[in-house]
Amino acid sequence: MNTTYPSQASAPAGQSAPRPRPSRVVVYGALIIAAIFFLIPVYMVLVTSFKSIDQVSISTMWNLPTAFTLESFSRAINRLLPNFVNSVLLVVPATALSAMLGSINGYVLSKWTFRGANIIFPLMLFGMFIPYQAILIPLVQFLQSAGLYGGIPGLILVHVVYGIPITTLIFRNYYAEVPTEMLEAGRVDGAGFFRLYWDILLPLSLPGFVVVIIWQFTQIWNEFLFGVTLTGTGQQPITVALQNLAGSQIVEWNVQMAGALMTALPTLAVYILLGRYFIRGLLAGSIKG
Amino acid sequence: MDSGLTRDRLIAILMLLPSVILVAIFVYGFIAWTGYTSLTDSNALQQLSGLPAQFIGLKNYNDLFTGGLNLRFRMDMVNTVFFTIMFILVCLAVGMGLAILLDQKIKGEAIFRTIFLFPMALSFVVTGVVWKWLFNPTSGLNVLPTIIGLPAGGFRWFISEERWWPFAWQDVPLILSIIFLGIAIFAALWYWSKRRSQTAALLTALALLLLAWITFGSPRSLSGLNPERPEQHGFNVALIAVVIAAGWQMSGYTMAMYLAGLRGISEELREAARVDGCSELGVYRYVVFPLLAPITLSAMIILGHISLKIFDLVYTIGGGDNLYIDMPGINMFFTTFRSNQFGQGAAIAMLMLIMVAVVIIPYLASQLRSETKL
Repeated sequence: MNTTYPSQASAPAGQSAPRPRPSRVVVYGALIIAAIFFLIPVYMVLVTSFKSIDQVSISTMWNLPTAFTLESFSRAINRLLPNFVNSVLLVVPATALSAMLGSINGYVLSKWTFRGANIIFPLMLFGMFIPYQAILIPLVQFLQSAGLYGGIPGLILVHVVYGIPITTLIFRNYYAEVPTEMLEAGRVDGAGFFRLYWDILLPLSLPGFVVVIIWQFTQIWNEFLFGVTLTGTGQQPITVALQNLAGSQIVEWNVQMAGALMTALPTLAVYILLGRYFIRGLLAGSIKG
Repeated sequence: MDSGLTRDRLIAILMLLPSVILVAIFVYGFIAWTGYTSLTDSNALQQLSGLPAQFIGLKNYNDLFTGGLNLRFRMDMVNTVFFTIMFILVCLAVGMGLAILLDQKIKGEAIFRTIFLFPMALSFVVTGVVWKWLFNPTSGLNVLPTIIGLPAGGFRWFISEERWWPFAWQDVPLILSIIFLGIAIFAALWYWSKRRSQTAALLTALALLLLAWITFGSPRSLSGLNPERPEQHGFNVALIAVVIAAGWQMSGYTMAMYLAGLRGISEELREAARVDGCSELGVYRYVVFPLLAPITLSAMIILGHISLKIFDLVYTIGGGDNLYIDMPGINMFFTTFRSNQFGQGAAIAMLMLIMVAVVIIPYLASQLRSETKL
């Protein structure tokens, strides 16, 4: 991964004596033990998912498979592929819409602040912390009466609406770093609200969009509560289907582990490829980071 | 940019308006609706009959805390308290430990960081499914000690029915009063030592009042349950399994926060402390930890509100009917969407909202006040 923190790793050249540190052995030893703990579930997923069902016994749980098979993957794909597709159909439009909405909102709240904006913004932000149980009953009734209950379009709407606070926050903080003088210069040339956004701000927005898109993609892909309450059979996103698989009467651990891997793969891939932006979104969630 | 209501500013406000309206309806309108529902007897039968729900005041709330059928909710509250404390402590300790280790100018830092943070990219459902398999009592983690020749572990993890530190629900008001008394005494002593005698005198008076209230046994009268039949609660040991799974997923988050903080502390500052005669541990004690304190507070609040809302992880591990790891979020879901007791479910939801709001509103206020950009 190519995550980079502002690094102060290299000491100034003139400083010859290395500072005294806790023994290197202890540091590396502790890190390796911690890494092993964090990787135990990964090992278990891989080992179990490459076993056939008759190899999965409780007594040999930790052993490597005696014969590698892809049987569990084909079964997991059989069971979960429709839901994987559902999740893609949900995540792509929901992420795109909430990124666009967040960008506009962030632009207004950072560059066009008006009287009352400093009341509206915190009220908006509160929306990202609430337990969604507190809005779930009216939400179901609203979606039912709007004819959106049970399907993916309704779920898209819900994710876009409840994504407004975090996407607005990230874009507002991102645009706050863009010097206002740049926009002032554009205004002198006669550019209005949309021209300033389109010609000056949007070309600078790529990193902001990457952070927001990754964040929303991960959040919506991984979400469960809305998925389980607002969708019917056949329309469920993959997290709900995985939970149903795990909760079923016949416990096929190898298929479950393959299903878990399948569910985790898209977000994991994003994290591995674009980890730096992922962490930025993560830290933005604590308001100032 | 320039103030005053120009045409462009009007456009700006119009562009923000849809989002403001959506949030106003979907967040605040719906909360108000849930709040109203929680004051009614709304349920499936009533809805089928086509009659309007009866307004019953605070009866749903009263039932949750004192009703004979609502033992589950009281277990949830006890579980939430224990889980939240343990989850925060584990994430802070592991996160800070890892951040300090990674800050020792080590080789392969990026690899270690990736390993510690990748669970954050996963769904709680994935975490739950995988850890459920690992917690299998007859194999799973329990057989790991046998690799180095030790006997296998006997802990039953999330299906354990063991309970530590038992207490009766009837004693909860008393316990809370004693905790408040402790805080009041501590704060009073603190202000006396700071010579802020007015505040201190006020706190001392409060402590004395609380003491009198406790000695005359009044708190017990608040519980509302029959005092003759104590309802036993305690720390359900099965929660340890959930804490481990949740800690595995979220420790990387605190690590990232602490690491960002540690990278913000300049080497010059540490060097200055060393010149002043600090040992390496002293540098942490007197320079690093005080500078990380605000991060700790932020992390506690973020983690705390996550644990108060936790739903998917427990649902996946426990399947929704394991009361030893049950949480209010799950109870609300089953009460509302399986038993169709909408009024009761709404009451649980409102109590969850209140718990989260108590933590989040002061945090939001302080975060935004310290911001000068607004």
